[in-house]
This record gives sequence, structure tokens and C-alpha cells, in this order.
Amino acid sequence: MVMDKTADILVIDDEQVIIDAVLKICALEDYSVDSAINTKTGLEKISKNFYPIIISDIMMPDGDGFQILDTINKYKKDSVVIMTTGFSTVENAVNSLYKGALSFIPKPFTVDELLSVLFRAKNYIKIIKEEKSFSPQQRDKALIYVTCPAKYFRLGHSTWMVQEREGSVLVGICDIYMKAIESVTNIEMLQPEDELIQGTACATLTSSDERIHKVLAPLSGRIVEVNNNVINNPLLIEKDPYFDGWLYRIIPANLDYEIKYLIPCSSDRL
Amino acid sequence: MFKKIGFRLIFAVAFTSLVIIGVFAFFNVQSQSNGLTAEVERHANQLSETVVSSTRVDMMLNQRDRIQQTISSIGSQPHIRDVRILNKIGEIIYSSDQSSINQMVDKNAESCYACHAEDKPLEQISITERTRIFKPHQDSARIIGIITPIYNEKSCWTAECHAHPDDQKVLGVLDVSISLAEVDKEILKSKIEIVIFAFAAVLIVGFIIGLFVKKWVSNPVNDLLSATQQVSAGNLNYAIKEIGDDEIGKLASSFNNMTKKLAEARLQLFQSDKMASLGRLAAGVAHEINNPLTGVLTYSSFLLKRTKDNSEFQEDLKVIVRETIRSREIVKSLLDFARQSVPKKNPADLNDVVDKAISVVENQLSIKKIKVEKKLEADIPKITLDSNQMEQVFINLFVNAADAMEKTGGTITVTTHLISLAPFGTTQIKRATCRKRHSLIDNEFKIDGLPAIKVKVISDNNEGIIHIDPVYGKHYNNYDVGFKINKNAKFVCPECNVSLVQEDKLCPKCGSPILVFDLGPEGIYEVCSSENTDWEKWDYIESAGVQEYVEIKVSDTGCGISNEDLHKIFDPFFSTKGQKGNGLGLAVIWGIVDNHNGTITVDSEVGKGTTFKIRLPLTQQR
Repeated sequence: MVMDKTADILVIDDEQVIIDAVLKICALEDYSVDSAINTKTGLEKISKNFYPIIISDIMMPDGDGFQILDTINKYKKDSVVIMTTGFSTVENAVNSLYKGALSFIPKPFTVDELLSVLFRAKNYIKIIKEEKSFSPQQRDKALIYVTCPAKYFRLGHSTWMVQEREGSVLVGICDIYMKAIESVTNIEMLQPEDELIQGTACATLTSSDERIHKVLAPLSGRIVEVNNNVINNPLLIEKDPYFDGWLYRIIPANLDYEIKYLIPCSSDRL
Repeated sequence: MFKKIGFRLIFAVAFTSLVIIGVFAFFNVQSQSNGLTAEVERHANQLSETVVSSTRVDMMLNQRDRIQQTISSIGSQPHIRDVRILNKIGEIIYSSDQSSINQMVDKNAESCYACHAEDKPLEQISITERTRIFKPHQDSARIIGIITPIYNEKSCWTAECHAHPDDQKVLGVLDVSISLAEVDKEILKSKIEIVIFAFAAVLIVGFIIGLFVKKWVSNPVNDLLSATQQVSAGNLNYAIKEIGDDEIGKLASSFNNMTKKLAEARLQLFQSDKMASLGRLAAGVAHEINNPLTGVLTYSSFLLKRTKDNSEFQEDLKVIVRETIRSREIVKSLLDFARQSVPKKNPADLNDVVDKAISVVENQLSIKKIKVEKKLEADIPKITLDSNQMEQVFINLFVNAADAMEKTGGTITVTTHLISLAPFGTTQIKRATCRKRHSLIDNEFKIDGLPAIKVKVISDNNEGIIHIDPVYGKHYNNYDVGFKINKNAKFVCPECNVSLVQEDKLCPKCGSPILVFDLGPEGIYEVCSSENTDWEKWDYIESAGVQEYVEIKVSDTGCGISNEDLHKIFDPFFSTKGQKGNGLGLAVIWGIVDNHNGTITVDSEVGKGTTFKIRLPLTQQR
């Protein structure tokens, strides 16, 4: 493998079969892929080349995927990281997103699942790039995407939550997530009385190009109300993601503990 | 037998009744004997008066034969021992016993003493003073004697015989003695009756008390006793049948209640043990299965995409994808189950956790007469930990300690304190691989309870596995291969035979080859290959410097653990408790402590006790 040729995607996984599978899948959509069989080679490759997208396993014999995330954060690389693991605990998912990963795919995944995430990653990069092309003054006016309001907390770049006065919590999807999906045609949601678990899927969106995107819950709790307006009109989420476009009203189960893995929207962390 | 509560009660009651009957009988016999004697005395007195008055005329007429005849006939009556008349100088003039006539009686003899005590005879003395009770011989029956003085009267000195001068007041005495044999027999008879009655009463009282004691005390106490034996043998479902509503009955129902609570608590402990270990198992299985499942799912869904035109393939591939997704859901539900055991760490005060754990088992321990002594260091900084899981660790340790002291009772001592440790000798190597990334951690072989690092050694034509101590600096390596390792021996990975020897470097202490292990992100670990040299080096951990830990010690004064068992106790399914334990308790504890980046070690001496030592680093990574 030629080292200095920059590919679109770097796959880091200790299982060759998974690297091969990802290679084949990515070829379907014409992504070029480089791979690393352990953390060490992965980190070497990252330090030498720039990869827009990195798909990393979390548990490898010589280290974990969080090291990759930490390195990228440390050197302020603009790579988008997608974490995946066979040990898909809620902790791993939430921690990945907290540390800046764009998404978390539990193993095993299907071709479509991976392609949907890659599609979102590609769009996300496009959005960020576009935003950066504006000067800070222009940025407010251009309004490429709406950041979530202060007092809100977000799970990575996917979902948000805000505490209401009565102790209940509203849960919804971040604008940048919606922008990266492009037009949503259908939304599948849970029922009232169902339990949300932080870091597991709480809604499934279908975009106009038939891609399926799973939305991870920012918080655990019992659903007390589902926003029916959103079910009837999924476009409402795109129109007003932070207010009228909320998904669920829940009674949180373990707010104090789980909020530590959410990013306050008032911080300027990306 | 005297140790039985029933017997003691019977004895106490019988003794009391014996004393009461005894005292009563004593006074009863006393008064009976007095009454009988008084009766005889009165009778004797009457008799004396009769003799005196009946012989009076004969005396006046000085008809001595008739007097003697009267006295003889009276004296021949049964019970009357003798009747005699003495003159004033003490000579027996008349007597029922003819042989004693004309004998002199000394004035100082006991029969005369009452009157002649002061030389001069008394003239008027009362009946009691005139009466005497005596035994002529040691063996003979008692005799009551009564003296009746015969006073001088006018008719006496005016009688024709003129035997008595008129200035003489007492002419002589009549002495009647009556045998008390009948009376004594009577008294003895009632004494015997009373003794028989007393013994009969004691026996009957004892028997009746015995019956009630058996019904109200012995039987219920025996029931209680066998119940406690059942419970101590582990049968917590044993319940005592209703045994009344007195104090013992209440004790029994409270005992039943206690065993019920104990059974519930035990079930809960057992369950949480089981849950935790199953959770860990599920998590491990999920991880191992998910990787190959990913291969199946990605390739099949990939094929599905590529064979869109071939409907025949599509059908089959759809089945594969569908079923793989189904497997994925099954594994996911396993993980959901496991999630319960994933630590939820929060900053917590370790002393609070210890206190809470103690409060959970306190009752159980006090039943077993086990004291808990706390020596907790104040001001321990908060540690990031899962307080529920840590509590579980302490509860398990306390329960184990209690089991070790079940028969004897004893003390559990819990201490917490802050310590600073150099990494040398304390840090455990949890991950070590060869250059080709084969894990060298041998879960089958443990040194001091921790999985050791395995190395294959090839010396001449021999091959064997040596084990390196996973604790940095402790150097309890195991070189037990059954052959001599010579200088040119090779040290290789047991899986791929790649050399584990550090090239171009020799041990600075003895010049032997150096073994090197890849610890991933924690750098490399080097150790001298010679059995007798303790040189080792781990730069990554040395550079971290001194670390602070909280050390928690749980000591008991129980039966201890044999050396043989000591290194096996953290193994899953190893148990010395037979049916009582599932052998997962300490394995779970080990897992929890490990999850908190801590270490747990054990010291034990058979017969003296066991100490578990847990060290948790103050700074925790998540």
C-alpha cells in the first residue's frame, strides 16, 4: 500500500475481514480507502496523511479507538471520525460522541447503515467547509446551519435536550444532523411510555434518496409525550429543529449522571 | 441431666416444698409431743392425788399392809413403772417394787433435787417442778416421774399412833413414775408418717411440674433448637410450627420471621452475584461474536446490492441478511442485559460506601456474633466509582468473612487509608503481546491471583511454558518446566514462535538475554530471562511517578484459607462452601475492582484469619 497517497477514508480495525468489507462497501460509492490493522499503524497514518473520514474500531489489542479521537482533537485535525465496535455498550457510544466522533455504528452493520453514515459524514464535511469559507462576520448572516440555543445540551452533533421547568426534558434533533441528511420524507418514532436509553436509537429517519438514519437518544428516560406534528410533517424538524420540531417529552431517569456526557450548547466546542 | 432446664426447675420446686414441709412437720411433731406429754403428766398427777387420798385412811389407822397392797395393785397397771412412798429422811417405806422397800434414796438424787435443792425442803412447789422426765438407761424408753408431797395435817398428829409431831410440815412424798414408751411410739409414728408424706409430696409435685415444664418449656425449646440447627446447616426455608403465644411462642415466630428475611437477603445477594457474572459473560460473548457477524452481514448485504438483477440470488441473500440481523438483535439483547453491570461511575466518598455496606449486613453479622470494627480515615478525597458495585464488593467480602467465622464468631476489621506507592511492585500488566500481537496473558495460570504472562522456552530438544509475574517489580516468576534452561535457550511466543528476546541488549545485572513484551499504549516491558535475576524495566509506568491510592483492608479472625486454595479463590466457580456458594462472589469482586483500575490481594493464615486488601487509584480514568 502506498503511504503518501491520500485516501478519502481510513479504516482502523484489528479484523481483516471488516477492513475488507468496508473497502468493498466504500467502493460502491467511489470512496478511496486506506486501512490500518492496529492503533499504532493507524496513528502513524493519521500523523502522515490527512483523511477526511476515519472509521475506527474501539477495542483493539494494542489500544482503543478513543486514542484516535484524542489524537485528532489534540492536533486539531478536521477529520470526521466514525466509531464502531462489537462491544457496543451505551457507554462506548456516548463516550465516542462526547469525544467528538460524528457517529457511532454498532457492529455488525449492513452496507446501507454504513453508507448512510458515510453520506452524512460527507455532507457534514461539506457544511463545515462551506461555513469556514465565510469570514466570521459573514457567518452569522449566511446561516448555513443553526447551532442549538444556550441552555441546551447536545449529544455530539446528533441530538439535543433541554430541561423544562416541571422536571421534564424535551428531546430533539440538531440542525446540522438534519442538514447532513438532506430532505426527510419519513420518521419512525417510539410510543409514549416507551423507554429511551442514552446512546441508543430513538427514531429512524428516511431521506428522499431512501437512506435510513438512526437517531441516538441524548438521555435516558420515560417518554410522556410524542410530538405528533413531527410525525405528520417531518419537514417541521428541518424548519424549526430546536422549538416546534422537538421529538419527545421525557421524564429523565438519570439526568445528573448522563448530562456529563452531553456538550453544553453554550460552549463553542464544535 | 442437671443441665436440663426442666430438671433444674423440678429440683428447685421440690427442694422448696421439702423445706416447707420439713419446717411445718418439725413444729407439728413438737406440739404433738408436748401435748401428749402434758396429758401423761396430768394423768400421773391425778393418779398421785388418788393414791394419796385413797391411802389416807389406812395411814391414819396405820394399816401398813393395806397401804402396801393398794400401792402394789396400782403399780401393777401397765405403763406405771413404779409407785413408792418415801418418808422424810428418804427411806422407801412403800413401793410397788417390794425389793426396794427400806432402801434409802439420796436427797441429791434427781427425783428429790427439785425440793431439796437448798437443803431445806420446800413445802409448796408447782406441778412442773415436781415433774421430771428421765431415762434410767441409755436404751430404755423415757419415763415421767412425779413427786407428790404428803403434808402434815391436824388429824395426823392427833391420830392415835402419834407418829408425827405437829411442827413437821411434810411427812413424806409419793413418787409415781410412768413410762412414756407409748407416747414415744406415737411421736415416732407421726414422724415417719410426715417423712413419707414429704417424700410423696415432693415426688408428686416434681412429676406435675415436670409434665408442665415438658409441655411449656422443653418441647418448644427443643423445637427452637432443632430449627437453629437447621438454619445453621443452611436450610433457610425451615419454619417452626405454631408453639403457642407465650414468650417462647413469640420467640419462635420472631425466629421464623428472621429466617425469612435472611433467606430473602441471601437470595438477593446470590442474584446480584449471578447477574454481575452473567453480565460480564454476555458482554464478552457479544464482543467476540459481533466481529464475525459483521463479516457475514456486510458481505451478504454487499452481495445483495450487487446481484440486483438476479432474483434467485436475491431471495437467498435476503434470508442470510435477515437472519444475521436477527442474530444481531439477539446479541444486542444480551448486551442490554449486560448493561446493568457496566459501572456507572460517579465521585463518591468511599467511607460512605463502606458504611452503607456494613449497614446492609449488620443484622446478619450480629446474629452470628460477629463484631465489625471500623477504622476509617477521615478526609479521603472522593473517588470516581460505581458506588453500587463497590458496595457489592464490600458486602461480598463481609459475607465471606462471616462465613469464615460462622462457628466461632469474631471481629471484622475494616480500615481505609490513603497511601502513596511507587509503581514498582504494585502495577499490574493487564495486556501483553508479542510482536505479532498475540496476547501473552494466560488466564489459565495465575500468580498471586493475577493472570500471568506466558512465554514458550525452547532449550535443546525440550519445550515448555514459563510464566512471568504480571505485577511490575514483584518478580514471582514461574520457571517450572521440568528441564534445565541452558544459556542458548530460545524464548518465543507460544502461538507464533516469534522471538521475545530483545536484540542488541543484555541484562545489565547478569548478562542474560532480555525478554520484551509489547504493552500497546503503555509502552514495552522488559524483564531478564534468567530465573535468578530480578531485573525488569517498564519506562511508561516509571515515568508516571508515585501514585496515590486508597487502600481498604477487610480482615477477619476466621478459619483462614489454605495456601493451596489461596491462589484459586478469584477463579470463577471455585468455592469452598459446597452447596452454599456458586463460586462467583470473589470472581465478581475481582472484576469490579479491576473495572475501577484497582487491585485486590489476599493474605491468609489458616486458623488465624484472612485479610483482603483493595487498592483504588485516586485518579480514575473513564
